[in-house]
Amino acid sequence: MKQSNSSHVFRALADPTRRAIFEELTRRGERTVHALTHYAGVSQPAVSKHLTVLKRAKLVKHRRNGRETHYRAQPDALAPMVDWLNLYGAFWRERFDRLEALLERMEP
Amino acid sequence: MSNPAESTRTVVIERQFSHPPEKLWRALTEGPLIAQWLMKNNFEPVAGTKFQLRSEPVPNWNGVIDCEVLVVDPMKRLSYTWSTLGLDSVVLLTLTPTEIGTHLRMEHSGFPLTNQAAYQGATYGWQKFLGNLERVLEGEIR
Repeated sequence: MKQSNSSHVFRALADPTRRAIFEELTRRGERTVHALTHYAGVSQPAVSKHLTVLKRAKLVKHRRNGRETHYRAQPDALAPMVDWLNLYGAFWRERFDRLEALLERMEP
Repeated sequence: MSNPAESTRTVVIERQFSHPPEKLWRALTEGPLIAQWLMKNNFEPVAGTKFQLRSEPVPNWNGVIDCEVLVVDPMKRLSYTWSTLGLDSVVLLTLTPTEIGTHLRMEHSGFPLTNQAAYQGATYGWQKFLGNLERVLEGEIR
């Protein structure tokens, strides 16, 4: 399951325009198709096509509000390809530093 | 992918502390002390109980890690599940008394193997993208 999900995600993000759109949504939160078209500098039908691919990979979600469609990023979909080992290695080392400082502060 | 041991990896961090196991155990199992080095929490040292570790929420992440206590073996072993961002993992802390204090081993296991492939296959664009992503996640985890 994780494998197929991650290959979906990879395929969706292999395209630089789609990657740029996804990064923009990660940075800025919810954006309209209109705003994303302006940002990506390609035609609206092209952006809509890219958004459909991202949606299939569960990387984005959308909601309609009147005539505008709003998209937002779903970073959970990236879980299968995140480098957890490096991420948590750094996390625990830093927390162990804090633990050491705490032990120094504590009563014996 | 049928054997979980073969399909996941483990992060291991070990450190020697110049403090006795009793003191280290308190820092690992008393809620207010855990909050000072790990995260805010409602931890109780009772196997089978659920608790949450909480850090500051950020966009797209509520800052919550859902946990369940698995093992409480005083001064020796503490283990709990760790679930967040769609990934279930397990933390195991093992204390061993030494001449100068306590050796602490932390094993955090259950990370999918696919990560490695992600990095090895990375082109420049991927490196940059994953680098950005890592910064986002670091912000989330802090």
